[in-house]
Amino acid sequence: MHKASVAELSAALKARKFSSEELVRAHLARIHAQDSELNSFVTVTETEALAAASHADKLIAAGEASPLTGIPLAHKDIFCTRGVRTSCGSKMLDNFVPPYNATVVDKIADAGMVVLGKTNMDEFAMGSSNENSYYGPVRNPWDTKRVPGGSSGGSAAAVAARMTPLATCTDTGGSIRQPASLCGITGIKPTYGRVSRYGMVAFASSLDQGGIMGRSAEDAAWLLGVMAGFDPKDSTSVDRPVDDYVGGLNQSIEGLTIGLPREHFGEGLDPEVGAVVEAAIREYEKLGATIKDIDLPNSPLSVPAYYVVAPAECSSNLSRFDGVRYGYRAQHPKDLQDLYTRSRGEAFGEEVQRRIMVGTYALSTGYYDAYYLKAQKIRRLISDDFRQAFSEVDVIMGPTSPTTAFPLGERTDDPITMYLSDIYTIGVNLAGLTGISIPAGFAGGLPVGLQIIGNYFEEARILSVAHRYQQVTDWHTKAPADAGSQT
Amino acid sequence: MSLSEEEVRKIAHLGGLAIRDENIPRYAQSLSSILDLVNQMEAVDTVEIQPMAHPLDAIQRLRPDEVRETDQRAEFQPLAPQVENGLYLVPKVIE
Repeated sequence: MHKASVAELSAALKARKFSSEELVRAHLARIHAQDSELNSFVTVTETEALAAASHADKLIAAGEASPLTGIPLAHKDIFCTRGVRTSCGSKMLDNFVPPYNATVVDKIADAGMVVLGKTNMDEFAMGSSNENSYYGPVRNPWDTKRVPGGSSGGSAAAVAARMTPLATCTDTGGSIRQPASLCGITGIKPTYGRVSRYGMVAFASSLDQGGIMGRSAEDAAWLLGVMAGFDPKDSTSVDRPVDDYVGGLNQSIEGLTIGLPREHFGEGLDPEVGAVVEAAIREYEKLGATIKDIDLPNSPLSVPAYYVVAPAECSSNLSRFDGVRYGYRAQHPKDLQDLYTRSRGEAFGEEVQRRIMVGTYALSTGYYDAYYLKAQKIRRLISDDFRQAFSEVDVIMGPTSPTTAFPLGERTDDPITMYLSDIYTIGVNLAGLTGISIPAGFAGGLPVGLQIIGNYFEEARILSVAHRYQQVTDWHTKAPADAGSQT
Repeated sequence: MSLSEEEVRKIAHLGGLAIRDENIPRYAQSLSSILDLVNQMEAVDTVEIQPMAHPLDAIQRLRPDEVRETDQRAEFQPLAPQVENGLYLVPKVIE
């Protein structure tokens, strides 16, 4: 059951080959067997999942099911779930049980899907290795001494280890695509504004976007159709019709023009990773696509600009955590100021504090123009580079991350090296575009991801381009040995 | 660029963070290296460039000014660390 596609699972449920309850129990069993080692779940909602599965089985029996009814998934622990603790990977929210659902959570429940639990993540989605979680690091199922990437490392590891067919996740600078790449799965970050952010704990509001991890572009297309769409409760949500992502999967790529940004193949790229990505691009050439070299001249500035914009917005967004209305409160405060600062000092981890401080500094009097305004201008240049590129090509391809999964602990003392893990993904967030990472092969036994970047609202196109590759290759079907069975 | 420990204390204060003294040198070092990274932006002339605040240059959507939220205090109060008679408790501010 854990190897079937979403479409196969849906068909099997309808044909009553197995019930949703059996399907959910099979995945829960895989979680129980593997997750004490991988640590990809913060909370497993077994009781609720079995109740939801039993309800889904009734809907299926009554002929009232939608295509995804009864299919299990996991939510990144950044999406508010009514009655189920939503920690965001932080001590600050360790005791936070939301009184409402994120829009994405409601939409997925309305489709009849079954939530297995909430996945581990870097605290407040700040990190590229999932080592910044209050609940401990997640381990990469391909090699448990290595990181799964981050910040959506729990979702990525859970999908890779076949503990869930699908997972929600979020991407502010690469937090879907980089862990998808490092764990050998498919992960799509939609266009900014495509998926509602209501009830998704805010990190950097002009960059954050919810998305999907799954085993294939086809599986992701099914879920994106459920998650995407206008939400009046999110002021940044875009009011625009949702494409038929599943129906569009079989678009031909004959005549497709693929742009290869020179800047994504230069210094810093692991040669073995580069070779895998180049082989994937040759496959596209065989399928009838035209390859064209392009320039994104300002892309070297994407990491510097991001580390102003994201911390600035985070310092503002995280000011709401004050120890008064919800979340962690320091013991025995001597006055109100002490209550605020010690609650925040004791409950936020080091990386979160670091980013709050960078953001506070960048926004402080006398520095605003030199940092925040300057970064917003660079952001325009980066966005214009993409606009120019998309006047010449249909999609842009390259490596998702410069290396494969790195060892746990290797970069925890060096924030800059950690940040550079997202060097190819951050520009997409700054410009607000859509991007997907798909498995393209292995280097040194570890998965390598191919990033496909699409123009605004071209999710259907990049999904179909990814799907075409997955029809002629089998990298996306490769799974790690079950955790616990490794020696 | 190198931030002094005094500057780090000031930034932490502005950011509402109580930081242990023994962690200050570590933060001074990592914040300085992040600012070095960020300062690479200076290499580009951006005098004529319009800052970009929103990827789609969207304007703020407005909705009709009508009451939508209902009183949910009873649901919110149990989330708070300390409440009494429907109020959120904090240390005394005015003697």
